[in-house]
Amino acid sequence: MTSAAVETFERSLENLPVTFERVDSGEFRSAVESRIDPPAVGVSLPFDGVSLEDTSVNLNPTSEDVLEARTGVTPGGPSIAEFGTVVVASAFDGASYASLFPETHVVVVAASEIVETIDDALETLAGEIDGGLTSAILTTGPSATADMGAPVYGAHGPESLHVIILGDR
Amino acid sequence: MSTDQSAAGRDEKAARIRRLLETSGSTVGETVRPFNEGRYRRYEEMEETEAYREAAREIKADAIERLPDLLEQVEDVVTENGGTVYVADDAADARRYVREVVEAADAESVVKGKSMTTEEIDLNDDLETAGIDVWETDLAEFVLQIADDEPSHIASPAVHKSREEIAALFNEHFDLEEPLTTAEELTAFAREQLTDHVLEADVGITGANFVTADTGTLALVTNEGNARKSLTVPDTHVAVAGVEKIVPSIADLSPFFSLIGPAGAGQDITAYLSLLTPPLDEPVVRFDEPDDEAFDDSSDDRSFHLVLVDNGRFAMRDDDELRETLYCIRCGACANSCANFQQVGGHAFGGETYSGGIATGWEAGVHGADSVAEFNDLCTGCSRCVEACPVNIDIPWINTVVRDRLNQGADPDAFDHLVSGLTPDDEPTGLDRGKRLFGNFETLATFGSLTAPVSNHVANFGPARAALERVAGVDRRRELPRFRRETLVDWFQSREPTRIDEPVREAVLYPDVYTNHVQVERGKAAVRALEALGVRVRVPDVSSSGRAPLSQGMIDTATAHASAVSADLEGHLEQGRDVVVIEPSDLAMFRGEYERFLDADAYERIAEHSYELFEYVFGLLEGDGPGIEALAGPSEACAIGAPASPDLAYHSHCQQRTLGLEAYTTAVLERLGYDVVTSDVECCGMAGSFGYKSEYYELSMAVGETLKDQFTADETATRTVVASGTSCLEQLDSLLERSSVHPIQVIDPGLRSELD
Repeated sequence: MTSAAVETFERSLENLPVTFERVDSGEFRSAVESRIDPPAVGVSLPFDGVSLEDTSVNLNPTSEDVLEARTGVTPGGPSIAEFGTVVVASAFDGASYASLFPETHVVVVAASEIVETIDDALETLAGEIDGGLTSAILTTGPSATADMGAPVYGAHGPESLHVIILGDR
Repeated sequence: MSTDQSAAGRDEKAARIRRLLETSGSTVGETVRPFNEGRYRRYEEMEETEAYREAAREIKADAIERLPDLLEQVEDVVTENGGTVYVADDAADARRYVREVVEAADAESVVKGKSMTTEEIDLNDDLETAGIDVWETDLAEFVLQIADDEPSHIASPAVHKSREEIAALFNEHFDLEEPLTTAEELTAFAREQLTDHVLEADVGITGANFVTADTGTLALVTNEGNARKSLTVPDTHVAVAGVEKIVPSIADLSPFFSLIGPAGAGQDITAYLSLLTPPLDEPVVRFDEPDDEAFDDSSDDRSFHLVLVDNGRFAMRDDDELRETLYCIRCGACANSCANFQQVGGHAFGGETYSGGIATGWEAGVHGADSVAEFNDLCTGCSRCVEACPVNIDIPWINTVVRDRLNQGADPDAFDHLVSGLTPDDEPTGLDRGKRLFGNFETLATFGSLTAPVSNHVANFGPARAALERVAGVDRRRELPRFRRETLVDWFQSREPTRIDEPVREAVLYPDVYTNHVQVERGKAAVRALEALGVRVRVPDVSSSGRAPLSQGMIDTATAHASAVSADLEGHLEQGRDVVVIEPSDLAMFRGEYERFLDADAYERIAEHSYELFEYVFGLLEGDGPGIEALAGPSEACAIGAPASPDLAYHSHCQQRTLGLEAYTTAVLERLGYDVVTSDVECCGMAGSFGYKSEYYELSMAVGETLKDQFTADETATRTVVASGTSCLEQLDSLLERSSVHPIQVIDPGLRSELD
């Protein structure tokens, strides 16, 4: 990661129908809480110094909770600067559901894991897939369709995506 | 099988096309044109477009080359991952296997992600016959399922359905008290319906855009998220894909991921690029048990079946002419860039499953002749799809080859005698009369000039036109070309030779069949303009290029023409003379198809020393000879008999644009002080003989309408119209009140040199 990559990533996000913010670990909790449209479900974060444990995000939802959740919070990584893409991986049990069923997806990425290009991301992911990762979803913006005669966000997946970048400004 | 079309057959086809033009045609155009414009924009914006395209093509070519090995590798790695691989020989075999998997899972219902390959093998009907509920979750496919309709586009299956139609369909089908109107409402409603089906489903079936041999990973390129839901919620996942979807490694996905969004719809990147290596280790959530702990540490067993479908693909791989079809990544760019497709969509320009330019290859390979014969002629060979295709497939060539095979009466899926290429013989006796007429245009033109003007009067005489329409399908609403008694070659031989003491170049002006027999004035203008620029010009008798027979699929005849052209020009080329070509469709052959028709040396000689007329003029102006003042500008008398208007409306030619040569004409005109507005249509609609054929006349005129609109808009309505191609000039003459000329005619100081 370079600071240039973070800036490119943010510029790409600006051109997408998404919202985003860069926070440090001290600001993380309030950032998440302010973005949550309750009820929220989520999966644990692998990043040092931040956690969803003491937030209103339900990390042990029932199947009914998953269907009723309006927000899903998951980690993401690696992120791709050139497109503003985040990668949602199955290494975190339930991430597929939390990133797909609720209307709002809040994805938390580490600034240190931002790479420049798709090439770079595929290189990282190839190693992880070799090591047993079964699902990695390169996600750019909310789910979308134009099948109903006009562009619509929120087809089968979330209609809004919020990216929280962990890293000092 | 004879391809001769009866008049009744042509009428029926014309009526079917007319119906589509009047009904869904405008919706198709409104939907795919933005995709097409978006692709231009993204291809232009991306610095690496050409590098990606080359890499993508190379990866596919290599993968198809090594397919048997890669297939084995996939079988091994997926099995090792805990999945099952089945290689299905044909559609029935694939259907049977999937049905058995579904039945073994005790499934009552199945949800599907979008998959053209499952359309190809008619999977849904088979499952439904077995009593299983099948739900398409892709919104477009869901619409078609409700409407009991067929896909009209390989990437966006419902491009022929407008929002209003979808709303009416839903309101009626679901008997809604509160009618739906907006796209948001329709989407939300469909999502709710489909979410229920997803939660109840026992099996999820998806396609795959790519399968990697190193890790057994499926790559799915999507925007909606329905495929992800369909393969995550049920605990059994069946992926169905053609064997050609295999690429060696994950790293190989990179150029495709960068290209597929831009190529398909001008998206920077699709919302989801999923890398799935099933069976997934995501927990299986029991939605039927509300208290089930959803994200418990998963020890859930998921089962995964990868069904790789041959269904003719290995035979395509062995067929030198069809192999490239297997490089196709199903993005739809060829359909979006096609002027004819934009008017009628895949229900006319398509076979049983596939549609658009590449469909000819797919349908010939997987379904056979009957599926192709109906729509193959809708490809006019304009070549606009060649630049659009992210893997650089020569789509027009595949269409030509299949047309030739249809002419031969050979079943295109009877590969055994085709492995070594085409069966050489004379054109078959059963060849459609219309095709024979247009394919042998040179003979016709020669006879027409010999007997002009009588031939013109006779040809345009009412009863003769009726007979021509009945027998050969030449639409009587089209004006026929008027042959000139004095050909360009005659004129050149009989004129007083121009003295050029120290020529800057020596050139042969290629007397293409139209310039020689019909558009003689543009040939004369070209001679004078070149001479004014210090070129010693020759106009020898040279065979026609073979473009006419080629467009009818008469490859043997076209090959013979190529040899004749090569022999006719050989001496001139040996003398170091350039070949200057007025007609872009002929130059496109010299630089394109001749590579297939001639030996390497002969091809290179012609291809390297042939120039489009304005490309050549531009080069001369860059040199040391006479400068721009030798040509006529907007204030001077020129070949059209008066000073040309300083304001021009210019329509290039489809193949000229594919060759990247449009800019030379505009550059020369602007340098002379002309103000040039250019059209931006893919094709004028005439496309050689296409617009003459009675079954396509209305489609041809519908395509032309866009060009007409551009040249009758406020900004252009009074401009002098210039166009580079013969067909385009003919079409413009029938579209516009005012006449049009070749751009050489407004820069040729014709009158000036006549006076000298």
